[in-house]
Amino acid sequence: MTGSRRGFVWKIWLGLGGVALAEYVWIAADFLRPRARARASNGAIVVAGPVERFEPGSVTAFPAGKFYLVRLEDGGFIALYRECTHLGCTVPWLDDEGRFVCPCHASAYDIRGNVLNPPAPRALDLFPVRIENGIVKVDTRRAVKRQTFEAAQVTYA
Amino acid sequence: MSEKRERGKQTAEAEPAESGERQGVLSGVWHSIFRGPLVPRSDRDRKLIVVQNFLLHFRPVRLPERSLRYTHTWGLGGMSLVLVLLLVATGVLMMFVYQPSPEEAYGSILAMRDEVLFGKLVRNVHHWSANFLVIVALLHLLRVYFTGAFHTPRQFNWIIGVTLLLCILASNFTGYLLPWDQLSYWAITISTSMIGYVPLAGEWLQGVVRGGTDIGSATLITFYTLHTTVVPVTIVVLMAFHFWRVRKARGVIVPRGPDEEPEEYPERVLALPNLLLRELAVALALVAFVLVFSVVFNAPLGNEANPGMSPNPAKAPWYFMGIQELLLHFHPFFAVVLIPLLIAGALLAIPYLRYDSDASGVLLLSHRGRRMAAIAAVTAVVVTPVLIVLDEFWFDAGAWLPGMPSVVSNGLLPTVVLAAALAGFYVALKRRYAASNNEAIQASFVLLLTALAVLTATGVWLRGPGMALVWPWIS
Ligand code: HEM
Ligand code: FES
Repeated sequence: MTGSRRGFVWKIWLGLGGVALAEYVWIAADFLRPRARARASNGAIVVAGPVERFEPGSVTAFPAGKFYLVRLEDGGFIALYRECTHLGCTVPWLDDEGRFVCPCHASAYDIRGNVLNPPAPRALDLFPVRIENGIVKVDTRRAVKRQTFEAAQVTYA
Repeated sequence: MSEKRERGKQTAEAEPAESGERQGVLSGVWHSIFRGPLVPRSDRDRKLIVVQNFLLHFRPVRLPERSLRYTHTWGLGGMSLVLVLLLVATGVLMMFVYQPSPEEAYGSILAMRDEVLFGKLVRNVHHWSANFLVIVALLHLLRVYFTGAFHTPRQFNWIIGVTLLLCILASNFTGYLLPWDQLSYWAITISTSMIGYVPLAGEWLQGVVRGGTDIGSATLITFYTLHTTVVPVTIVVLMAFHFWRVRKARGVIVPRGPDEEPEEYPERVLALPNLLLRELAVALALVAFVLVFSVVFNAPLGNEANPGMSPNPAKAPWYFMGIQELLLHFHPFFAVVLIPLLIAGALLAIPYLRYDSDASGVLLLSHRGRRMAAIAAVTAVVVTPVLIVLDEFWFDAGAWLPGMPSVVSNGLLPTVVLAAALAGFYVALKRRYAASNNEAIQASFVLLLTALAVLTATGVWLRGPGMALVWPWIS
């Protein structure tokens, strides 16, 4: 009788200890949660410039916005986030080869961001492009993931 | 118990009379701290020193003479401890100068290197001790494995050891970001991107580690806190636990030859001087070596981090080079999540497998065990490079099996094939030599470990720009 009562109290103490630990873990998790601030500094709407400034078939780097503005041969625009979809290295555009080649593990992408060479698992991410009164604007707040290039991703003047 | 107390009392009373008034105040202070005699004059004094000193009582008073042989433990555990102490000593100094923000970090490292007295040396000692610690702890793991020192009562100490090894890697990894140079920035970019391939929770986890979507001040402060508080405290606590378990197992495993039975009552000698002086000698030699090495070789420091330009090639730190090499051959989920988890799981399972015989204490189990281990090592040295070259220039499952997702063609398929090959190796070798499962498991362990070493060497020396295979002597 006494034995089982003692066992019961013992279990309560153990349970309370468990609750205290869980609370600490919960609080710690919130301390570790990424703050919103880190996101806000991440991007904004970048005014790239008038449509005519970009020749068809050209790639223009915007280092501050972390993207490339691509004008395809047919005159349409896409903005490619410069981060490799494999493991996040910054992918340079090689003008003479006409493709993006990642220095880290040699993934290659064509001008539309499609994978030419693995290990990259999917095409380069996109930033939404808008054209207002002949001015190209790129929304760098959030990168859009995609598997591969599709015609619907292109913005025309 | 009561006998011990009795003896303690005796010296406490006997000592002052013996040393007389000559030592006066000094000896009074000494005895208020340490109850044993300052200079031992007899074996009884030596025992008392070990029993009564807080640090030394981690040691037994007497221990089997055979376990003292240097080539039994190679002093590797003690060397790990010495390196940890060097890391703490130099790390604390650097904390007074280092500034954990992306704007200031690189500059504060430069200032430490160029303006602080011995700042460069302190940084070098920290850097090299950290790298040596990875090597020494790995060698210690090998020594423990190959002397069979992981069976009962040492099972759980193996687990503590593996946890310590993971902590050492975590410590190296978090420290890597702190200088905020090109090396650190891109190595951390790549490694934290790997977390993104963890199924379901990947993106969330990556956000937690980076403190946001990008590597920035939140990442740096997280890594700084982990590196200077969380990981070191964990290591120190685990080390105390580790040593206590060694003590409770009555010291290290006693070595024996392949044809010897374990001795019931091995011959014992006093820990002081036999063990402690040897430990001191190893510690002093190691400290001297690290200091000289740090005077001659500088810790690397690249240009300040530039998020706009990845260096080519961007390599991981050397101890992750094996995983980086896997990344070139496997789908990322397999290379950075599944295969490392399988390896860690296998390591943790080692002491809890069911073994045919208890061969603890015999180096490499038996004559047959040694031969099989050698065969396994040679097999891995030959097969791993062949597989690397085949996969690089010829094997292309993605193109041969169009329409199959790359998780399967580049991940599941090769992983299953390799696992089957390992199982085949195990069975074939066990049959061929009519071996015990101890011997066959040991051979598989050697095979995997050698393969990892070959992968690491390939990553370090044979990967050039764009991660293409190159010969190191042609630049
Ligand atoms: C910070 C890292 C470590 C330190 C400071 C450390 C320290 C030590 C020391 C001083 C000993 C006494 C014998 C000797 O020197 O060999 C020891 C024994 C032992 N260590 Fe470690 N160790 C570390 C990591 C590891 C690792 C990675 C493993 C393996 C997974 C491990 C498993 C063991 C086991 C099982 C023993 C008992 C061996 C025996 O009884 O023969 N330790 N360790
Ligand atoms: S990060 Fe670009 S290929 Fe790996």
